[in-house]
Amino acid sequence: MPFEATIADFAAALRDPAAPPPAATRGRKGAPDGRRFAVYRNNVAVGLIGAIEARYPVTRRILGEQAFRGLARAYVQAEKPGSPVLSAYGGSFPEFIAGSCEKLGPPYLADVARLENAWVEAYHAADADAASLADLAALDAPDLAGARIQFHPAARLLRFATPAASIWASQRDGPAAPPRGQGEDVLVTRPEADVSVRILPVAGYAFAGRLRDGATLAEAAEALPDRSEFGTHLVGLVASGAVRSIIPGERP
Amino acid sequence: MNMGIQGVGVGFKAEHFEAILESRPKLGFFEIHAENYMGAGGPPHRRLEAIRADYRLSLHGVGLSIGSPAPLDLNHLARLVKVAGRYQPELVSEHLAWSTHEGAFFNDLLPLPYTEETLERVAEHIDAVQSALRRTILLENPSTYVAFAETTIGETEFLAEIVRRTGCGLLLDVNNVFVSAANHGFDPFSYLADFPVAAVGEIHLAGYADDTDEAGLPLLIDAHNSPVREAVWPLYAEAIRMLGPKPTLIEWDNDLPAWPALLAEARRAERAMTAPARSLEPADAV
Repeated sequence: MPFEATIADFAAALRDPAAPPPAATRGRKGAPDGRRFAVYRNNVAVGLIGAIEARYPVTRRILGEQAFRGLARAYVQAEKPGSPVLSAYGGSFPEFIAGSCEKLGPPYLADVARLENAWVEAYHAADADAASLADLAALDAPDLAGARIQFHPAARLLRFATPAASIWASQRDGPAAPPRGQGEDVLVTRPEADVSVRILPVAGYAFAGRLRDGATLAEAAEALPDRSEFGTHLVGLVASGAVRSIIPGERP
Repeated sequence: MNMGIQGVGVGFKAEHFEAILESRPKLGFFEIHAENYMGAGGPPHRRLEAIRADYRLSLHGVGLSIGSPAPLDLNHLARLVKVAGRYQPELVSEHLAWSTHEGAFFNDLLPLPYTEETLERVAEHIDAVQSALRRTILLENPSTYVAFAETTIGETEFLAEIVRRTGCGLLLDVNNVFVSAANHGFDPFSYLADFPVAAVGEIHLAGYADDTDEAGLPLLIDAHNSPVREAVWPLYAEAIRMLGPKPTLIEWDNDLPAWPALLAEARRAERAMTAPARSLEPADAV
């Protein structure tokens, strides 16, 4: 059999848990051996499930060990990594949860998983210095209105219909009664070594979202109920370490 | 090929970082899985930089899929070149195995038949890797659970020919020899005797797990989740007798022990390397 065909058969049998061992493989008795081939199938599943467990520890705690493992097994069966860099694997697991387990877990489960995914992305994001409050203070007021924000590579904005961040925080160190409440807007970033998760104030998501999409500060301030509060929101963003740099606008 | 690694090393794990920094043990080197340092930034790189400042480094790739019939993933090769450039490891190694098929990464070291066709393909891939890295690499002998009907070349002969064609070195995984020998029913000492030892630049030691196949015959699994098994130490002693002292790694990747237990394994390997006759003593004998 040509090399390509042998490997294609092997890969197909790896993907299908019900498939017999590939015809070209041999155990010691000179024939394909299901238990031998199962070692490979098991290695693939266990390794990838382990990657999902490591990426989503709080989701796992909320759902319970056994139910989470079943869900992770179904996910890794359906979604193989697109590269050998496993820190980039599993980003679509929250959507898999949202699409598949309405009856399995509480309604906030997919949101908690989305937050955990953002946490891991921030953890591995490129290192960069964050702008400081001193950098902000050094700008003259006339420069501010037209200024734009370059976000830190680790910064991520998330909007949840559930109190996912409060739940995540309450469950991190052990089982706890999940807080009740409204939806939460969240800013995840990592200016130095530690990932930070902050719940944004009302209208903070809209303000930061406009800045992320390239708006000037004056344009972003229009998203606020009271435009004069843009300074408070801006200081909050800078103090969180989510801002890479502030690019002064041209004076009118 | 080996610009200065000697002695015994261990795989570097984040879980051991604090203990290592506090005690700064004398160790020949640390080995890292290249794929764990291909993220853009963050704490993994901070930790590795701190380790690199004080220790020699061996870069061990687990994802290049050198044994695949398809062309190498050039994006992944570029990532490997970047990690090697950043950390300047003394050794770079990869596996005689495949792991990617049609863009899907299977996260295991999967076996291939040994034929003229596969030999040519593997040699081409190693040429490409060595050209990109501008250095030779070490290729590791695999542990396997199945053989292939179409195989016409013995594994040691296959490896020797790869060395001859590409100039690469070899990473002799003694545990893999033991595991494959048990799984396929050959004598591990005969395998060692046939191994192209002049090309060996590093040795791996690890623990295996026990299972059985459909015929009820022993099936050993390269699990990296325990101390080196007693049965493997005599094979290591024989390898050292044949090769002389060679950089040796304790590979322990799953069910990680506390740092002192891992260090104790490394010390046992040091004793076995410098005094092969004493290698049968238990780990706690000094």
